[in-house]
Amino acid sequence: MLSLKEKDRPIVRKLLDAGCCARCVLRFCCVGKYASYQNSCQDINKELLAFLSQADSGQSHDASGQDQADNPPCKKMKLESVRAGEEASAEPPALEAQPDAQPATCVTCLGVLQDFCHQSFVTQVCEVVKKGGYQFDSLLLAVSLPAQLSVREHSCWLHIKKELREKSMCVDKEDVVQVKDAFKWAIQALVGRELGASMLFNSAFEVSIGFTHAETDGDCHFLATACSDCFKPAKNKASVFTRMAVVKALEKISDEEFLRQYPCPPARPATKCTPLETTCLHSSVFIAGRYNKFSRELPQTPWVIDGERRMEGSVEELIAAPLLSSFRADAFNFSSSGREDVDVRTLGNGRPFAMELVNPHRVRHTKAEVRQLQETINASSDKIRVRDLQIVTREAMGRMKEGEEEKTKSYSALIWTKKAITKADLDVIGNIKELKIDQKTPLRVLHRRPLAVRQRTIHSMSASYLDTHHFTLLLRTQAGTYIKEFVHGDFGRTKPNLGGLMETEADILELDVESVDVDWPPAVPE
Amino acid sequence: MKKYMKGKSCEDHCVLQHSNRICVITLAETHPVLRKGSKIKSINYRISDGCSRLNNKVSGKSKRGGQFLTEFAPLCRITCTDNVEYTIFSCIRGRLLEVNEDIIMSPDLLLEKPSTEGYIAVILPKLEESKRVTNSLLTREQYEEVVSKRTTQQPQPC
Repeated sequence: MLSLKEKDRPIVRKLLDAGCCARCVLRFCCVGKYASYQNSCQDINKELLAFLSQADSGQSHDASGQDQADNPPCKKMKLESVRAGEEASAEPPALEAQPDAQPATCVTCLGVLQDFCHQSFVTQVCEVVKKGGYQFDSLLLAVSLPAQLSVREHSCWLHIKKELREKSMCVDKEDVVQVKDAFKWAIQALVGRELGASMLFNSAFEVSIGFTHAETDGDCHFLATACSDCFKPAKNKASVFTRMAVVKALEKISDEEFLRQYPCPPARPATKCTPLETTCLHSSVFIAGRYNKFSRELPQTPWVIDGERRMEGSVEELIAAPLLSSFRADAFNFSSSGREDVDVRTLGNGRPFAMELVNPHRVRHTKAEVRQLQETINASSDKIRVRDLQIVTREAMGRMKEGEEEKTKSYSALIWTKKAITKADLDVIGNIKELKIDQKTPLRVLHRRPLAVRQRTIHSMSASYLDTHHFTLLLRTQAGTYIKEFVHGDFGRTKPNLGGLMETEADILELDVESVDVDWPPAVPE
Repeated sequence: MKKYMKGKSCEDHCVLQHSNRICVITLAETHPVLRKGSKIKSINYRISDGCSRLNNKVSGKSKRGGQFLTEFAPLCRITCTDNVEYTIFSCIRGRLLEVNEDIIMSPDLLLEKPSTEGYIAVILPKLEESKRVTNSLLTREQYEEVVSKRTTQQPQPC
């Protein structure tokens, strides 16, 4: 059943003597069969002991193993004492032959593969998942272990490396089954069954199980002096001994140096790992659409200065509210194909936007439900309107941002002129095509943008006379053009500008975005 | 943009301060250069052997590299056709972002549109100092009071 070979015997013996648990022994023997790890610790232990006793008896036995009367004392199985649950070890170094009694904590996995692979721990984990109220058909397990497990693993590896070389076995450290994988193999089926979900490596729903072991945190410290270049203090991380850094250091350190600084096999721990609170995370859902803004007193994103809200409401909050609640998401990230000022309306087909809903607890929404959400948003305020609301993929965000840089936009503006104008003065405007302008960073944004000169193109313009000092200007421009500055000139820092072209001072009284020429997201028929 | 004026022995400067704390330094209408009626011969941003405001280069959002100025740091020297030279001062503490190079080639801009296209320089005060800058300048009303006192006290303008 265990599919162990003759050559594995000395490894099994050496590791059990060193204080490894049954599952860790299987790992170092490169046992890749999931089912092998799913039996109880006791059963696996029994099989290992049986496997060992086969050698001494010189006879082949069936896998369940039988007691041999003429075994040398140190390999004698104490099955009777196992059943009775008594202390059974004969003499040191004794095999851990009393699986019923509390076995010592494994020196490699620190108990992760001993005390946390049974139904009651799985039930504990699943309780937390169920409480989260997530909607899911599948899940994936993410396991995080203390960094020192890599150090102990390395130590056990060196312990048996000599045996492997003598038997000329071509086993690489990479062939050894990782603790994480063995753990998942042991409990996956139990988790899936209890939650009624399939275990998929690419599932959108992730359940994270973590462990810590304060007692042995110091095990990694010697690596800092031995391989100091692997450990750079990063501001965000609590400890400089991250898993990645420790793994890297172990790759670099020579066997001799390692053996000088760290016991081989590892020292026996007094305690086992403590599990951290199980956490769940569903990958983000992306909703896209186009929005209109009909108010001149609504910012696109919340306007806050020094912690104080300067203006109530924002486009993103109005759109997010019903979505957050229907998808039961924790948070959102709003992005759009460009922006408009507070006092600028967005008319026409609207501006494309995409909203990332973070950690949604409810994901499945039919097209009808999405349409309903659109109605809810539109009914909630007359300041905005949303259309073409739809669920999209993460990749779709890229298409929207390309619109920001590359596509054209068209505007209408109410212009005031200092000098009195006639209709004839406006004709010249209509004839201007592909006007190249140079815009220094406008003073009104200069405090938060780098100083630079941007060349932009005004593709076309047309003007409608209103009165001697006012007219309506329609323009189609390249993306990224500052319209207000083109009109008033911004202290001459945008050249040419409308005032200069008309040989007067000009200012902009109102601005509307008429169209954002991006053909994404696809239209959703009403 | 609100206007705050600062007089300096009659060579009045006008500082335009935006709500985002960016300041534009310009000449006030009572500055001799604007009142005299004579043309400008030259404008020189090279204020010493080691320092030219034209060499000012800022990069990035935090405007690194901009020359840090105190209130009496000279921005440029204007020479009129009557050969009188005037020094234009920063008036405020802050980082110099840009000087108006257009007025070097077209000094008439300074005479005709001193408050817009004829501006002298753009300065960004530190966030903490922004309010202090505002308070160190005169409001329009205070400025007009100072100016009216001048004309009553002295028979001729400076």
